Amino acid sequence: MFGTHYKLERYSIGLAVAIIVAASIGGLVEIAPLFTIHETVERAPHMRVYTPLELAGRNIYIREGCYACHSQMIRTLSDEVERYGPYSLAVESQYDHPMLWGSKRTGPDLARVGEKYSDLWQSEHLNNPRSVVPQSIMPAYGFLKRTELRTTDLPKDLAALKRLGVPYTDAMVRNASDDAKGQADPDGAWADGVRARYGDATHVRAFDGDAGTVTEMDALVAYLQVLGHLTDVAHASEAGAGK
Amino acid sequence: MVSTMTANERQAALVISILAAIVGLAMAAAGRHDPLGVHGAMVLLTGLMCAFWVIRDYYKPEPPATRLAAYYDEPIKAGILLALLWAAIGMFFGDWVAWLLAYPEMTFDAAWSSFGRMRPIHTTGVIFGFGGNALIATSFHVMQRTSRARLADQFTPWFVLVGYNLFCAMAVSGYLMGVTQSKEYAEPEWYADIWLVVVWIAYFALYLRTLARRREPHIYVANWYYLAFILVVAMLHIVNNLALPVSWAGAKSYSLFSGVQDAMVQWWYGHNAVAFFLTAGFLGMLYYYLPKRAGRPIYSYRMSIVGFWGITFFYVWVGSHHLHYTALPQWVQTLGMTFSVMLLIPSWIAAANALLTLNGAWHKVRDDATLRFMMVAAVFYGLSTFEGSFLAIRPVNSLSHYTDWTVAHVHAGTLGWNSMIIFGAIYYLVPQLWKRAHMYSPALVEFHFWSAIAGTFIYVFAMWNSGITQGLMWRAYNPNGTLAYSFLDTVIAMHPYYIARAFGGLLFLIGTLAGIYNVWRTIQAAPARTPQSDQPILAVAQQAGS
Ligand code: HEC
Ligand code: HEM
Ligand code: HEM
Repeated sequence: MFGTHYKLERYSIGLAVAIIVAASIGGLVEIAPLFTIHETVERAPHMRVYTPLELAGRNIYIREGCYACHSQMIRTLSDEVERYGPYSLAVESQYDHPMLWGSKRTGPDLARVGEKYSDLWQSEHLNNPRSVVPQSIMPAYGFLKRTELRTTDLPKDLAALKRLGVPYTDAMVRNASDDAKGQADPDGAWADGVRARYGDATHVRAFDGDAGTVTEMDALVAYLQVLGHLTDVAHASEAGAGK
Repeated sequence: MVSTMTANERQAALVISILAAIVGLAMAAAGRHDPLGVHGAMVLLTGLMCAFWVIRDYYKPEPPATRLAAYYDEPIKAGILLALLWAAIGMFFGDWVAWLLAYPEMTFDAAWSSFGRMRPIHTTGVIFGFGGNALIATSFHVMQRTSRARLADQFTPWFVLVGYNLFCAMAVSGYLMGVTQSKEYAEPEWYADIWLVVVWIAYFALYLRTLARRREPHIYVANWYYLAFILVVAMLHIVNNLALPVSWAGAKSYSLFSGVQDAMVQWWYGHNAVAFFLTAGFLGMLYYYLPKRAGRPIYSYRMSIVGFWGITFFYVWVGSHHLHYTALPQWVQTLGMTFSVMLLIPSWIAAANALLTLNGAWHKVRDDATLRFMMVAAVFYGLSTFEGSFLAIRPVNSLSHYTDWTVAHVHAGTLGWNSMIIFGAIYYLVPQLWKRAHMYSPALVEFHFWSAIAGTFIYVFAMWNSGITQGLMWRAYNPNGTLAYSFLDTVIAMHPYYIARAFGGLLFLIGTLAGIYNVWRTIQAAPARTPQSDQPILAVAQQAGS
């Protein structure tokens, strides 16, 4: 064995090929099956997709690096289930390009934070966390409420995700900008279109408390309020397990 | 840098600089309503600046053929200075975010200065800026010395260095503007990723071309590690960054993968960034500089082989230990755990091989702070791999995951192992490259050593305490079966540890700044003579050619 190696190390290309082979095996064995084995991801026939406003909020979540402090993955441990709700299933993030499971909990898990607090609490908290939780160490995001949301590019965002396999319809892609505005303005002209395309259960509200302009705060709160509510399979399987 | 190039190389440099400027201009125009435009302007400026440098010296006399009788050290010098610059930037931001966790109000009500945007500046600045430049610079040094041959040409090394630092600069400035893919250690967006692939191919080709000129029949182990670093990082980088840009005129893209597959790909990448960036490349450094400084040959050739192939093969399996108890199928978690434990064997073989090399030279470790940096690095390498294998065991991970225990492990590795070996190598290299008898102030090297050690210990102990405390509080139950602590209780309990950590980090940063000052003064001092032995072996045919 050492004799062979003594010869191998005289050939740089040979060495390079051997390195690539040795370093490929593990990844191939562990990753390739995840795309082919059907049990990897549970089925959730009635799962809905993010609305354009929620998607914009998700992109703000990414932009601000909320994932550096917050996980979105409840592990199968009893104290986590008690604290945060039913453990996360793979299917719940099947439309998440990229996933935001996170690796550090400086703040609590957010996988099921949707509807835990009112819109008002959420926007106050983001605006200045210490006004509602005096000992919080979360940064203040005062600029969100002051910044108007850029909605013009949203059709392109939905189109890109559609190409990656997220089941957006052509009508959803076409109307993305208007739907974003409509979801934050319940009495406005576009609100009904949002309900028609994404379902009656969709939250159509003035998330930041002001129906006038669509701000980044609207988008982020809309996203937070839908976390854990795209499908209820996790609750269903918990009920099944309880029996 | 340009005066050392041949006429052909100057031409190539000029063409590529102008091409870069044109691409930059196109990016700036297309992305004028987007952060992409700012990055276009950065590329344009870099291209113009390089073109200006080349033109300024374009008609200077070509370097004489006798250059081939000397190693090409200018790019190494530049790489070391860049590594030190990034060290200062990255650690400054690290300590800043450390204070932010204790005192969250220090953000001036601005978007760019919040924790989530500055944390990746820290991680990218230290890993890719500091670590990456140090890896590139030392690899240029090691590949020449162990091959007894000069670098293959005078242009590619500069292309690699400038290109790589342009990538780092785009990454870090992007975070301030909110440009990120959110994938840890792979945050830069698609255009920066593509650019890095180009740079990396040039780097790999340079390595092979230089090895091809070698005057030693065998390729020394340090080079195996550097080769593994270059090749596997390329593979990881390309797969994990596959993404669909929303448009050619914007920075935003969506990852090709989603959900559980994305998580597995990300941590396959993430852990092997640790393995092949922060371990393989750095073992290359250790295997050259430690024996050199100690004046002893590496302890065992066989241990080198077993360690190297064990690390190369096992590491790639372990990424799933970042996903214990998650929605990732259990069989993958089990594989990850098993291989993580087995990985301890080659890791400790590699560490032991380095430490045993010091047998017979321990008196030098006592007297020479430079060698002591390297010795401590090998010890911390052993410690952090032991801790890593321990953390990968599922029940242990149920406690440590999501807490500061991970952060303690990370910094035992990055401060105790990566930074120490870099500083050891730099203190070895700077007098040699700038042809000085010794560092400006040996006492200051000693000071740097002790402040780095103290800073590392304070940092790591603080985070062990906070991590284990928080993990235990999360899972504590009252006698009546309800959870004992609210999440906020655990946040409040972290406060003293966060202050201690920020203080430890400050000590480490002060040591680094002392090191930078020392290097600077050494460069300013009067030169000594080149030792006869530090030259390539020349073939007659080569002297005539290239
Ligand atoms: C420095 C780390 C940090 C960052 C960055 C951060 N948070 Fe937090 N977050 C916390 C902490 C700590 C808490 C718990 C204290 C509190 O409620 O404020 C928290 C609480 C929360 C809560 C309430 C959760 C609950 O169940 O009570 C929400 C919602 C939230 N954060 C959203 C966000 C969003 C959205 C972002 C990004 C814009 C963000 N956080 C960025 C640390 C952070
Ligand atoms: C001056 C010294 C340093 C200080 C004060 C410091 C501080 C920090 C802080 C505060 C964090 C964030 C932790 C959290 O989110 O809770 C962090 C993360 C990190 N740092 Fe450092 N750091 C220092 C040096 C380094 C060096 C030299 C490296 C690498 C070479 C490094 C690599 C990392 C990595 C990889 C992370 C991410 C850890 C994770 O996600 O688990 N740090 N650091
Ligand atoms: C045998 C070798 C090693 C093993 C088995 C190992 C294992 C682990 C484990 C289990 C985690 C925690 C994952 C989690 O719970 O999220 C981790 C995190 C980490 N380790 Fe190691 N480790 C090893 C060596 C190292 C070394 C030498 C370094 C650095 C120099 C390092 C850097 C890191 C980093 C940066 C993270 C944090 C990733 C993140 O969450 O962002 N590891 N490692």
